[in-house]
Amino acid sequence: MTSRIMNQPSSTNFVNIGERTNVTGSARFKKLILNDDYEAAVEVARQQVENGAQVIDINMDEGLLDAHHAMTTFLKLISAEPDIARVPVMIDSSKWSVIEAGLKCVSGKPIVNSISMKEGEEEFLSHARKCMAYGAAVVVMAFDETGQADTKDRKVEICERAYKLLTGICFPPEDIIFDPNVFAIATGIDEHRRYGIDFIEATREIRKRCPHVHISGGLSNLSFSFRGNEPVRKAMHSVFLYHAIPAGMDMAIVNAGQLDIYDDIDPELRELCEDVIFDRRDDATDRLITLAEKFRGTDEVAEKAAAEWRGYEVHKRLEHALVKGIDAHIIEDTEEMRLAVKAREGRPIEVIEGPLMDGMNVVGDLFGSGKMFLPQVVKSARVMKKAVAHLFPYIEAEKDENAKGKGKIIMATVKGDVHDIGKNIVGVVLQCNGFEVIDLGVMVAWTDILKAANENDADIIGLSGLITPSLDEMVTVAEEMERAKMTMPLLIGGATTSKTHTALRIEPAYSGPTIYVLDASRAVGVASQLVSDTQAEGFIAKTREDYEQVRIARAGKTGKKLASLEEARANSAVVDMSLKAPAPAKPGLHVYEDWDLAELRDYIDWTPFFRAWELAGNYPAILTDKIVGESATDLFRDAQAMLDQIIEEKWLTAKGVAGLWRARRENDDILVSPDNAEYSLPMLRQQVVKRGGKANNCLADFIDTEDDWIGGFAVTAGHGIEEHVQRFEMDKDDYNSILLKALADRFAEAFAERMHEHVRKDLWGYAADENLNNQDLIREKYQGIRPAPGYPACPDHSLKPILFDMLDATANTGIELTSGFAMTPTAAVSGFYFAHPQADYFGVARIGEDQVEDYANRRDASIDQARQWLRPNLNE
Amino acid sequence: MTSAREQLQKLAAERILVFDGGYGTAIQNYRLGEEDYRGSLDLTDDQKGNNDLLSLTRPDIIEAIHTAYLEAGADIVETNTFSSTEISQADYGCEHLVRELNVKSAEIARAACDKAEARDGRPRFVAGSIGPTNKTLSLSPDVNDPGFREIDYDFLKGVYRAQCDALLEGGVDFLLIETIFDTLNAKCAGMAAMEAVEASGRDVPLMISMTLTDLSGRNLSGHTVEAFWHAVRHLKPLTIGLNCSFGADQLRPHLAMLSKEADTLIMAYPNAGLPNDLGEYDEMPQETAELIGDWLKDGLVNIVGGCCGTTPEHIAAIARAVADQEPRKIPSISVHTRLSGLEPFNMAA
Repeated sequence: MTSRIMNQPSSTNFVNIGERTNVTGSARFKKLILNDDYEAAVEVARQQVENGAQVIDINMDEGLLDAHHAMTTFLKLISAEPDIARVPVMIDSSKWSVIEAGLKCVSGKPIVNSISMKEGEEEFLSHARKCMAYGAAVVVMAFDETGQADTKDRKVEICERAYKLLTGICFPPEDIIFDPNVFAIATGIDEHRRYGIDFIEATREIRKRCPHVHISGGLSNLSFSFRGNEPVRKAMHSVFLYHAIPAGMDMAIVNAGQLDIYDDIDPELRELCEDVIFDRRDDATDRLITLAEKFRGTDEVAEKAAAEWRGYEVHKRLEHALVKGIDAHIIEDTEEMRLAVKAREGRPIEVIEGPLMDGMNVVGDLFGSGKMFLPQVVKSARVMKKAVAHLFPYIEAEKDENAKGKGKIIMATVKGDVHDIGKNIVGVVLQCNGFEVIDLGVMVAWTDILKAANENDADIIGLSGLITPSLDEMVTVAEEMERAKMTMPLLIGGATTSKTHTALRIEPAYSGPTIYVLDASRAVGVASQLVSDTQAEGFIAKTREDYEQVRIARAGKTGKKLASLEEARANSAVVDMSLKAPAPAKPGLHVYEDWDLAELRDYIDWTPFFRAWELAGNYPAILTDKIVGESATDLFRDAQAMLDQIIEEKWLTAKGVAGLWRARRENDDILVSPDNAEYSLPMLRQQVVKRGGKANNCLADFIDTEDDWIGGFAVTAGHGIEEHVQRFEMDKDDYNSILLKALADRFAEAFAERMHEHVRKDLWGYAADENLNNQDLIREKYQGIRPAPGYPACPDHSLKPILFDMLDATANTGIELTSGFAMTPTAAVSGFYFAHPQADYFGVARIGEDQVEDYANRRDASIDQARQWLRPNLNE
Repeated sequence: MTSAREQLQKLAAERILVFDGGYGTAIQNYRLGEEDYRGSLDLTDDQKGNNDLLSLTRPDIIEAIHTAYLEAGADIVETNTFSSTEISQADYGCEHLVRELNVKSAEIARAACDKAEARDGRPRFVAGSIGPTNKTLSLSPDVNDPGFREIDYDFLKGVYRAQCDALLEGGVDFLLIETIFDTLNAKCAGMAAMEAVEASGRDVPLMISMTLTDLSGRNLSGHTVEAFWHAVRHLKPLTIGLNCSFGADQLRPHLAMLSKEADTLIMAYPNAGLPNDLGEYDEMPQETAELIGDWLKDGLVNIVGGCCGTTPEHIAAIARAVADQEPRKIPSISVHTRLSGLEPFNMAA
């Protein structure tokens, strides 16, 4: 490769690192590894070396893989191949344990990729020392406790700090390779404009300030926004290297075949690439995007020019609009298609069954093969819905009795539960794949589910739920379906559901097929097999057998040995009450009618937002992720735009209440006396047998037996959401509807974070001097915890009514509780505050029958009632 | 008191130092039987051939061999612990003796050195011998399953750690990782040794010595000498070099390379040529000394000795040959990034 960019004298020292043996960078390699085809995977490494890679980067970070096993297996295999093993390897993982496992298999001197100060200096230096002990050079990411370095100053500052730390422990400076983060440019987002020039300038400065180090980077990130347009990407990479190498960049992870000779690049394209790399003009991005279309298709893998698609025949236009999620012309194209069908005396339904379904099948295939991601699919569905809505009056007019797609599915979030983001996503994905989905919404009683199934002659029922009481409600639905002698398949999904619960509790209650669906991407496969004439029987039999195995395996494990409640209590945590927090500065209730959303915006933890869309990865790294980065960036951009609107037009109102009360502990109960009305909060204690001096924890342990304090809160950001959700749904716009719900959830979580900070620094005031940034807050670096009823440390949802009573939460915040203890609006969080510095989160996990009885007694409830509340924690 | 490291560095700057010779041949000459090996130990397996066990059962013989080498002019002797690891002793059912073997062997060598030093006032050093074991981390013993390994890194590290701890307890001056046919084994041994030294609180540097298995200059795991140097340089060895392998003449080009690239002392101790059809070494002392003379002329080494087939007579001849020669000067090498696969990879820095 050096010869291909030979316009620079210093390029002779440029090291080209092979990227094909990286599951996150090469779909082919990933497939080979996932299929256990190591023989062919080894060939990929061989080709890389033959093609001139001087170092090979090996990365096995893939959710479906045991990265540890894959890394060590692959390293051992290539060490047996002299023509591969002759070059050094770069052990690439975001997990240190995988890196260390790799180091134990490599006989030469490798490079570790990477370490950083993300988790602080201590961990950084500990990893660096290990690299020294194993004898490895190291890539150091420009990443610190507050995040990835994006500006020149941050890149330089972080690298220099890392350099001083490393040389301070005698790390050889020549073995340090800095990666100052190549980010995507020309994305249309203003903050991204300087990413290219900042990298180059930072490189120059780092080389000056840190003698002997190297600078490396992953080039493919740079041109993310031009995915699918290889000629432009190659040009951008080549131009970038042309300028970055003289600045001191001397290594890059790059596909050696993917670079052009600087002088051979079309001069206009070259200039526009330089405009975006150096941020030379305000319209640089727009100009490059416009010009880029000229080059699209000059490469065999590139798609046809975007402007061109309007010239396609209508059938193809519909497909293009669906695949790209473009709704600008969908009505006119659908109408054109309908007229064409009509002209040959066809029926309007044929537009759906023919071209529209063909398009959605393409979308389904792309999604199924991992080439499209959920946000894109939801956009496609929006286009589809608009097209269908346009056709609907014509179809109605024909009263077509046979208008039935692949199958009809009734979907509902069960009674007592109000969460529907996941269910809506599954619904959209199923619709994309030709299923007719009848969505009954949230809090649907079993009577309505059964009625709808019968009236609509449904093929499948799908139940969803997020909170644990929903598990029992699903069993109820199954029992009622059995009583009604129904036979249609029952699908189970949602955050708290599991294969184990389905096999153990739901399937035995219903004799029809009962199937657990892990996530939206599995829903289509499951539903398709269930409605298939040829596959249904086999699939159902196989699932039944599978679940029978779960039950058999589980049978051996029931009644796991637990400590008795007495033993567990005797092994409670030693909590030093001399450290307890002082009395609150402002005890009592504090009500906030309308917290500033603009402020809460800064407290948003984005990672769960992406997870809600089934995009795996941590923010902000996810935006430049090799696989989902493009999709995540698009989604993030839409989210930011909607946030602007939410705040500016005040779509949502954030209401919250926090209370601080005197409390004392009596055994495992916390007795609280707000305004002299004494409340008892019975807490649960871990009974799993502990080893190595670990305690059997209980939240009550963090409260003193006398003269202590506890807090509580309930916050919501969901007021006002309905109006906008309805507006989107009227407009057949699931994408924006789901986006808004997901953002409201984020606001509620951000509000909980902000309120907790307000309590620590002001209301309670025990950490008045705390000074943490959002990353620290997300990592819970503060003193004290805020466990929520229904979550692991405090698993009983039925404590919520007590908490609400204490806070007068419904009157103060408008949040209501359903029969299953779910909160409405759904974008709401409630919980308790514990301020003791030793207070930490834990999971209660399984508890014994003795504690169930004890708890029933303490709650003044029947044992059956207690068992129902504590179902997920019972030892059975 | 100056440390053994400083003393050796000081001496090596003044003259070429002498390492000892082979132990196998010397022990063979005693024509020992099973009873000699076994002694009064209660062991189930046959022990004949377990040379390391003699440190417990015939310490007199081991000390006599050390003394013979010291009297022949050796500055450094190695402990009789080449196979005193859990892995190698398992062949004789003596895993439980690992600590005792190493401690005792170190004490014997120490005693021999102290006596020699008392006699002529010249400082003597004990290098704790750490062999490669007969297991490898880099290669599969099953040709049909190249990903298979008989042992793993953590296990081998534990094995080496136990040996290093015991050698340090016995009072060695250096830890000598020798006859390295597998580079990963050596890196593993080096890590174990560094950790053992750190735990001991003493300053005991490493000596590292690779063995070549083919004339192109690679060890069994396929590393060239320079690639090997890059792979172990982080252990900051006091000496780096070659041993066993072939005779002195075949080692010459590889030593020349190492001499240029390594910013530390070079130690080499070749075999007495190649064994004949009967497995005997017939290179005479004077021949070995002459061949080594070629290295001296070019200033390639700091410490020389002998390996398989060499005797106190060979060492005496070598000691005479090096007496008036200039020692190699440690070069200062440029700062650049030295990586390696089986082959070295250098990057300007």
